[in-house]
Amino acid sequence: MIQIQNVSHVIGKSPILTGITTRIPRHGITALIGPNGAGKSTLLNLIARLTPLQSGQITVDDVDVSTAPTQELALKIAVVAQQLGVSSRLRVRDLVAFGRWPHHRGRPAQRDEDAVDQAIAAFDLQALQYRFLDELSGGQQQRAFVAMGVVQDTDWVLLDEPLNNLDMYHAKELTAGLHAMSRPGTERSRSIVMVVHEINYVAAWADHIVALKDGALVFSGPPDQVLTEPILSDLFGMPIRVVSIDGKPVILHHM
Amino acid sequence: MRFSYLLTFVALLVLSLISAAIGAATLDLGTLGSDPEALRLMLASRLPRTFAALLTGASMAVAGVIMQLLVRNRFVEPGTTGTTEAAMLGLLAVTLAAPAMPLILKMSVSALAALVGMGGFLILIRKLPPSQPLLVPLIGLIYSGIIGAGTTFIAYQWDMMQYLGVWMSGEFSGVLAGRYELLWLAGLMTVIAYIAADQFTIAGLGRNASISLGLKYRQVMALGLVTVSMVTALVVVTVGMVPFVGLVVPNIVARMMGDNLRASLPVVAGMGAGMVLACDVLGRLVRFPYEIPAGTIFGVFGAVVFLWLLLARPARA
Repeated sequence: MIQIQNVSHVIGKSPILTGITTRIPRHGITALIGPNGAGKSTLLNLIARLTPLQSGQITVDDVDVSTAPTQELALKIAVVAQQLGVSSRLRVRDLVAFGRWPHHRGRPAQRDEDAVDQAIAAFDLQALQYRFLDELSGGQQQRAFVAMGVVQDTDWVLLDEPLNNLDMYHAKELTAGLHAMSRPGTERSRSIVMVVHEINYVAAWADHIVALKDGALVFSGPPDQVLTEPILSDLFGMPIRVVSIDGKPVILHHM
Repeated sequence: MRFSYLLTFVALLVLSLISAAIGAATLDLGTLGSDPEALRLMLASRLPRTFAALLTGASMAVAGVIMQLLVRNRFVEPGTTGTTEAAMLGLLAVTLAAPAMPLILKMSVSALAALVGMGGFLILIRKLPPSQPLLVPLIGLIYSGIIGAGTTFIAYQWDMMQYLGVWMSGEFSGVLAGRYELLWLAGLMTVIAYIAADQFTIAGLGRNASISLGLKYRQVMALGLVTVSMVTALVVVTVGMVPFVGLVVPNIVARMMGDNLRASLPVVAGMGAGMVLACDVLGRLVRFPYEIPAGTIFGVFGAVVFLWLLLARPARA
């Protein structure tokens, strides 16, 4: 479980997060939702120690992220940040293989190779594995980076907008894949935390939702409690209809 | 990959043999065993010269690729970012202030100045938009121009211009046994860089990816910066700067085999060594028995390749 205690964050003079206190349960998919500038990415980066914590406390399975050694955290949390222009010319397979680096620190064993093979198969990258990253489309790069995060084999995988640039087929495959590997009771059950804008993916696949607006926590809880017309309309500042299809909420926000 | 290693090795061997055989004084490689004079020439001049060119080329190419990964920009090298100029400024200052200081200490001062110069460059480019990769080398050229102008002014005032000329144009004709050995230190830095190859490759993916993989990002940055400034200072102090090596060689190798340093660093080092040695050999042949500095030849060649790199793929910086 991730515990977030009274976390605030400012950049320059503008407050980005104010007094966030919440919990993210172990197993399953937790979605961070909210309008642009709500502080979702900042919160994710704070949990992932990519941004140093200014005030408050964050623990992941009782490990304090601001004091634990970074190598130790790399075996506990994997993070796939937003990819803003890839400057490295690496082959897809080499990139994914670097996800194993926290485990072998330069001396890959057979089990590392096997894990890389599995991840490459799981994210539909076989045909691309010997291509250079800078020769791929944005969506293909995105899948390679997610595979790199998953191959790190950590209890927690944090993803910042993993569905960016993906076509419908790959967006669904990726979310379904993350869903499958986050089921409790499976051999290697992970906990997924991701920032998502596609609200219907949240409705279909998320187990827990944390909604932020203007740097404050608006609501956190299971989807059927959060994905209601009043809460969503207020969160995004626009009238939103929610209908039910096959017992699942479907959010009509685009018409 | 094996093939690239083998090709690099064979090319280096052939070039080294040619380099050992060519010079103003005639030398027959076949008589080395019987003629003590020939052996003396070989050990005192030809071999040191060959080693100096190889070490210079290898270490400068490696310094270039490390800098490119740390800055995350393909168009930088010590010579285009103020690092070389800062090294020269440091060396000039220490030569003026304490002319009798041992060379190794002068080199250390120069390396320290190079480190400061590179730090200044990194602070400058922090504000640049990542969407404009060509701004980084442009700022670097202006920045190095300013430091270079200051250095020239001081050298002019204190009547040290000819020193500056020696440091700026890489030249191997003066290399003799006993006067180049500091360069082995640059070779050692190259080996250390190879040991940390994975760390540098990961750092090239950016700060976020590095932290996520549990890399001590600041330590890797520091190791890289120290390596680059040491190599730059060592080369400036011993043989003088060879421009563009750190730019051209890593770019050619990255095109062929990518940025995974564990695989590509030996080829970067080998190609850098080979190209500088080839330029030195060419410099000895063009106006035989007179010589043209290897740095001049590489400058001409490198400028053309640099232009080609800029024009050939503007989007993939």
